[in-house]
Amino acid sequence: MPDSNAAAGIGRASSRAPLTLGLAMGRLLPKTSDSGLKTAHFRKPGIAAALLAPQLLILLFFFFIPSYKALSLAFVQVDPFGAKQIFVGFANFAQLLGSADYRQSVVFTLWFTIVQAVVTIVLALLFAFATDFIIRGRGIYKSVILMPYAIAPVISGVLWAFLFNPAVGPVAQFIHSLGIPWDPNRRPFDAQLLVVVASVWKHICYDYIFLVAALLAVPQSLIEAAKLDGARPVRRFFTISLPLITPTIFFLMVMNVVYGLFETFGIIDAVTRGGPAGATNSLVYKVYQDGFVQLNLGSSAAQSVILMIVAILFTILQFRALERRVNYQV
Amino acid sequence: MIERNLGLTIFCHAVLLVGAAVVCLPLYFAFVAGSLTLQEVQQAPFPWLPGSHFLENIAEAWNQGNFSRLYINSLIVTIGIVVGKLTISLIAAFAITYFRFPFRMTAFWLIFVSLMLPVEVRIIPTYEAVADAAGPLRWFFGAIGVSGFVESLTGYRLEAALQWNMVNTYGGLILPLIASASATFLFRQFFLTVPEELCEAARLDGAGPVKFFLDILLPLSRANIAALSIILFIYGWNQYLWPLLFTTDANMQTAVLGLKGLVPVNDAAPAWNIAMSAALFVMLPPAVIILLMQRWFTKGLVDSGK
Repeated sequence: MPDSNAAAGIGRASSRAPLTLGLAMGRLLPKTSDSGLKTAHFRKPGIAAALLAPQLLILLFFFFIPSYKALSLAFVQVDPFGAKQIFVGFANFAQLLGSADYRQSVVFTLWFTIVQAVVTIVLALLFAFATDFIIRGRGIYKSVILMPYAIAPVISGVLWAFLFNPAVGPVAQFIHSLGIPWDPNRRPFDAQLLVVVASVWKHICYDYIFLVAALLAVPQSLIEAAKLDGARPVRRFFTISLPLITPTIFFLMVMNVVYGLFETFGIIDAVTRGGPAGATNSLVYKVYQDGFVQLNLGSSAAQSVILMIVAILFTILQFRALERRVNYQV
Repeated sequence: MIERNLGLTIFCHAVLLVGAAVVCLPLYFAFVAGSLTLQEVQQAPFPWLPGSHFLENIAEAWNQGNFSRLYINSLIVTIGIVVGKLTISLIAAFAITYFRFPFRMTAFWLIFVSLMLPVEVRIIPTYEAVADAAGPLRWFFGAIGVSGFVESLTGYRLEAALQWNMVNTYGGLILPLIASASATFLFRQFFLTVPEELCEAARLDGAGPVKFFLDILLPLSRANIAALSIILFIYGWNQYLWPLLFTTDANMQTAVLGLKGLVPVNDAAPAWNIAMSAALFVMLPPAVIILLMQRWFTKGLVDSGK
C-alpha cells in the first residue's frame, strides 16, 4: 500500500534523514587521531588554519573566555560597585544551596520541566498517531500544527498571557463564568499552569515532526504482517510502532527537558516575570534576575556553574540519544 | 490490504481538529483583539468576531513601537546570524574533515565542547565579554608586558586604544549567537558521507582545496544549507534574551523586544489591541518562511536535531 501523502514534507525528510544519520552516527565521535578525516584529503596546514580561525576565534571570545569567567566568578564575592573581588571558595554555593529561594526555584523547575516534557510528548504522540492513520487532510493538519515553531517563546507567552489575562482575556472570562477563580498574577498555581500551557503549546510541534517522521519510517512489511494476523490499528501502534520508535521518544524526552530547562526564559518573562512571589522563578530566569536585576554577581555565577553541569550532563545524554535514534532501521 | 475503520478515522480527525483549533486559538484571538478599539477590547464578554479597526491598530502599533527601525534591526541581525554561522561553520567543517594538520583533533574537540553549554547558562560572563570585547587582549598584552613597552616607546597607552564596547552594536547582537558549533558539527557529519572519489578525482584533475570546496562540496551541500538557513532564520528572528541584555538604546532593539515593550503591564492602560496587532506582524516573517518552505524546514529539523 503505497503512501499517497508521503510526498508532503515529512515523508521526504524521513526517507533520507535516517540514512544520512545512520551513516554519520557510526562516526559521531572520533576515536583515533585519524578518524573523521577523509581518506582523500589535503595536507596544507596553512589553509586549514585560515579556514578554522574564524570559528575558533569566535569560540574563544564568546564561549571559552565567558565560561572561564563564569567559573572564576562563582568563587569570588564582588562588592556592589564592582571594585573588589574577594576569593571566597565555595561560600557562594553554600549560600545558594542553603537559600529557600533557590530551593523553591529548583522544585518549580523540576516540576515544570517534567510536567511540560510528559504532556508535550503524550499529546505529540496522539497527534502523530492520528496523522499517521488518516489519509485525507494530512498536509493541512501538519501545516497548522507546525505553526508554533515559527513563533518566538516570548510571543507565545504574550499570546497566552492575553488569553488568560484575568481582566480582559477571553479564556479567563470563560473560566470565571464557570465560577472557577482564576488569577495568574496572584495565585501561584494558576501562574505555573499558565507557564506550562504556553510552553507545551510552543513545543508540541517539535516532537510532532520527529514522531511523524519516525512513524513513517516503521517498515511497512511489519505493519502488513500484523494486519494479516488480524491486529487492529491501536494494537499495532502499541505492539509494533511504539517499541520501534522508542529511540526517537527517548531523544525527544531529552530535548523536551533541555527545552524546559533552558529555552523557556521568554515564556516566563512574558507570562509571569517569575512571580507571583517567585512561584515561577525557574533556574535560568533566576540567573538573570539575580545577576542583572539585583546585581548579585557571585551568586548568579554560582548558579550558572550549576546549570553548566546540568547542561553538560544533558548534552551527553542527547548525543547518546542521537546515536540510538537510528535503531528503528530494520 | 485496505482496511476500513470508520470509528477510528473519525476519532483521529476529531483529535487533529481539536489540536489544530488549540494551535489557532491564540492566533485567532490575537487577530480579534488586534481589530478592536481600546474600549471594545476591555468589554466583559470578549467578542468572538473581529471588529473594524484592524489596519488602524496595525498602523498605530507600527508607529508607536518604532517598528520601521526595529524591523530593519531584526533583519540585519537575523541575516547576519544566518550568513555568519553558515560561512564560519562550512569552512571550519571543511578544514577538519578534508585536511591533515597538527592539532586537528584538538581543534575538533575545542569545537565539540562548545556544543555543551547553551548561551542561557553563561549569560552574565558573556555579557561582560561583549561589553568589553577587548578585555582579554588587554589582559594578554599586560601579562606579557607589551603595553609598558609600547608606552615607553611611543608614549601611547595601549590600554586606552583597546576599548571595544559591543553593547548596542549589530556585532554584539550577532557574534555571541553564532558562537556555537552545532552547524559545524552538522556539516562535518554531512561531509563525511560525501563519496571519497569526488575528492580523489578533483585532485587528479589538479584542483586545489579552494576549487574543490567551491565547485564540488558547496553545490553538494545546497540542500543542507537551505534547510539549516531556515532553522537559523527562525532562531535568529526569535531571539529574546540576548537582545534584551545587549541593547540599552531603543533604536538598536529587535522587533521581538519592541513587541514586548508594547505589552501592557499591570498598572498601565490595557492596550492589548495594539500589542496583539504588533504580535501579528512580528511573528509574520518566520511564519511565512515555515509555510512556504515546509519541506526544507522539516528536513533541517530532523537532520540537525535542533
